[in-house]
Amino acid sequence: MEDKNKNSRRKFLDKGLKIGLATAIGSIGISKLTSKLNAKTNSSSNEKMELMTTDGTLIQVDSSEVMEMEHPKNPEYNVREGMPNRKMVMVVDLAKCKNALKCQSACNKHHYITGDNAWLKVYKMQEAEDTAPYWLPMMCQHCDHPACVTVCPVDATFKRKDGLVLIDNERCIGCRFCMAACPYSTRVFNWGEPGQEVTLNMDMTDHTPSPEHAGMPSVKGTVDKCDFCPHQIQNNELPHCVTACPNGVFYFGDKYEDTVTNGDETLRLGKLLEDKSGYRLMEGLGTAPSVYYLPPVDRLVDFEDGLEDFKEFESVEKPE
Amino acid sequence: MNTHKKIISDLAPKKFGKRDTIWTISLIVIIIIGLIAYIDQLIKGQEVTNMRDYALWGIYISNFVFFVATSFVGSVTVAILRLTNNSWRTPLVRIAEIISVAAIIMAGITIMIDMARPDRLLNLFIHARLQSPITWDVVIIPSYIVISLLLLYFPLIPDLAILKEYFKKKKPTMSKWYGKLSLNWTGSKAQKAIQTKSIQILAIMIIPVGILLQTIDAWLFSTTYRIGWDSTNFAPYFISGAFVAGVGALVTLIYVVRKAKKLEHYITDFHFDKLGKLLVLACLIYLYFNINEYVIPLFTAKKGELTHLETLFTGSYSVIFWLVTIVGLILPIIALLFKKGRKPLPMFFIGLIVVIGSWWKRFVIVTPTLLHPFLPIQGVPESWHHYFPSLHEWLITIATLAMALLIITICVRYLPVVPIQRTIDELELNNLDKNTEL
Repeated sequence: MEDKNKNSRRKFLDKGLKIGLATAIGSIGISKLTSKLNAKTNSSSNEKMELMTTDGTLIQVDSSEVMEMEHPKNPEYNVREGMPNRKMVMVVDLAKCKNALKCQSACNKHHYITGDNAWLKVYKMQEAEDTAPYWLPMMCQHCDHPACVTVCPVDATFKRKDGLVLIDNERCIGCRFCMAACPYSTRVFNWGEPGQEVTLNMDMTDHTPSPEHAGMPSVKGTVDKCDFCPHQIQNNELPHCVTACPNGVFYFGDKYEDTVTNGDETLRLGKLLEDKSGYRLMEGLGTAPSVYYLPPVDRLVDFEDGLEDFKEFESVEKPE
Repeated sequence: MNTHKKIISDLAPKKFGKRDTIWTISLIVIIIIGLIAYIDQLIKGQEVTNMRDYALWGIYISNFVFFVATSFVGSVTVAILRLTNNSWRTPLVRIAEIISVAAIIMAGITIMIDMARPDRLLNLFIHARLQSPITWDVVIIPSYIVISLLLLYFPLIPDLAILKEYFKKKKPTMSKWYGKLSLNWTGSKAQKAIQTKSIQILAIMIIPVGILLQTIDAWLFSTTYRIGWDSTNFAPYFISGAFVAGVGALVTLIYVVRKAKKLEHYITDFHFDKLGKLLVLACLIYLYFNINEYVIPLFTAKKGELTHLETLFTGSYSVIFWLVTIVGLILPIIALLFKKGRKPLPMFFIGLIVVIGSWWKRFVIVTPTLLHPFLPIQGVPESWHHYFPSLHEWLITIATLAMALLIITICVRYLPVVPIQRTIDELELNNLDKNTEL
C-alpha cells in the first residue's frame, strides 16, 4: 500500500515535471518561431536544407533559418531528487584488480580527504583458508534500500531517484547512527576540523558544501562518504576512481541505458553481469546495492603483485 | 498528636552537616571539571575522544543507556508496587521517584553530549523523520521526564503543606516556597479526590511509557545489522537490565539516605529484606535474558556471532565481561538468596556492585560489537582497532554521574525523602486496626 502510494506520487511528480518541461520548451519554441517568422520577411536566401524532425519526417527549411544549437546539457534538477530518468550503477571487475590503489589516491585527491580513513579502500580478502585471496575495492554501495537513510533522524542523508545516496553536511547533526547502520563500513566521520586549508593548502572559503561534491569542503562533526561523483556525471565525465584505474577495474554507467563503461570499453550491463556472474555484496541483507562485483576468476594479474602496495594501517597518504 | 509531631520533625528536611557540605562541593567541583572538558570538546571537536570511525560510539552512549536504564526504577517501584498495593513501598517510593527524575534528565543531557553538532539540535524537530529510532527517543524521553516529574510532585503536595506550617516560624522564606509549591493544599475531600485520581492516572501511564522508553533504547541498537545488536531478544533484555540497574541504585541510595538522615525507624530491616527479594527477582530475570543473548547463538555458531562471542568470552573484553556477569550478576543473586544477604549493610554493597556492574555492562554491549564489522578493519591507524575512553570522555562522563547525584542530593536536602502524610495516615490506620481488634 505504502509502496503503491509512493509510486503513484513519484509518477505524478515525474509526469508533472515532464509536462512542465514540455510546456517550457514548447513556449520557448513558439517564441523563437514567431521571431523567426518576423525575420523571414526581411531576408531569405533561396537555398533550402533537408532536415529530419524528431518524429522522423523530412522537412525542407530555408538555410538562413538554420542555426547551430548547443548540445543539450543535463537539465537542472533538484539536488534531493536527482538527475531525471537516470539510475547510476557501478561494476567492479575483481579479476582485474591488483591493488594499484590509483583509484584511492585519485579519490583522496579530488575529494580533498584529510582524515585517516579513505572513502574508497581496497580490502585484502580471503573467504576461507583454502580459497584464493583477492583484492576488493570498496566504496559506498549506494543501496536501493539504504540502512543509513532509514535511521537518519533529520534526513541529512538521502536517497535520490538516480540511485545516489548523498549527505547534506549542512544538516547532519553528527549522531553517527548511519555509520552504525551501514553494514559496509563505508562512512567516515570528521572527528575534528577537517583542516583542508592547512594540509592541502586549499582555500575552501568560497565553497559552500554541496551534497553533489562531497568533501568540498568537509564539515567538522559530520559524516562523509563516496558520493559517486555527481559533479563529474553532470559534465558527462566518469567518476575519478574509474578514470584513474590503470587496469580498467571500474565500470560506470546508467542502468536504464543498460550500458557501463570503464573509459576504454563500453559494455551492455545486463550481458556483462550474466556472462561473468556478477553479484552484489551481502545480498542477503536486502540492502540492494548499486555496485556489482564480477568474481575474481581467470585473473590477468597475480594477487601477490598487489601486496607491495598494501598498507594495513593507512589509506590516506599524508603530505610531508 | 505527639507522635505526629515527632514524625514531622523526623522526616522534615534538615540543614546540611559538614559532611554533606563537603560531599556537595566535591560534586560541584567534578561537574565544573567535566564542563571545562566538554567546552574543550565543543571547540576541538570529538577528536578529543577516543572514538573513531569503527568504534563510533563509546561511553557517552553506554552512559546514556545506563541513565535510561536507571530511570526505570520509577516505573517499577512507583507504579508496579503501587498498583499491586504493596504497602512496604511507602518509605521507598519518594527516593525511587527522585532517582528516576535525576536519571532521565541526565539521560537527555548525555545523549546531547554525544552529538557532534549540538548547535544543530533543532534539526531534530525541524527535519524530524518518523522512521528513525532517534526520533522515537526525542518523543519518549521528554514524555518520561514530564511523567516522572509529575509523579514525584503530586504525592509531594500534602507534605509540602505540612512543611509550610512546620517552617513557618523557623524559616519564613523556605516556608513561603513550600507554601507556593503546595498549591494551597488543605487536605479537603475534593482536593484529595483530585490528587488520588491524578496519581492513579500517572501511575498507570508510567508503566507503558517506561517500558517503551527501555524498548526504544534497545531498538537504537537492534534496528541495525550489527552482530551482537541485531537481536529480537534486545528489548526484553534491556527492560530486565533496567529493572536490575534501577533497583540496584535504589538499594544503594536508600542505605546512604537512611544513614545520613537517621531514618532507621522508618526504613527498617524489613524494607531491605523486601527490596532484596525484588532485586534478586530482577537479577534472575536478567540472567535468563543473558542466557538467551549469549548462549543460544553458540548453538548455530554463525561465524560473525562466534567471533563476537569469542572476544567477550576469551578475547580482549573477557575480563570486563566476566566481572560484569559473575561479580555484577551471579554473585549478587547467590548472596541475596540468603536472609543474611538481605540485611542493610550487605545489601548496600550488593547494590553498589550491581550498579557498577550495570554501568560496565552497557559498555560491553556497545563497544565490542562496533569493533567487529562485516568487512575487516583495514586501512586505518592501528589504534582504531581498539577503544578505551580518553581523559575527556572520562571527565565528562564522571561529571554527568556527579550531576545526577547532585540532583538527588538537592532533592534529598529540600524534600521529605519519606512521605510524611502517608506515614501518618498509615500509622493511624494501623492504630485503628489495633483498636478494633481490641
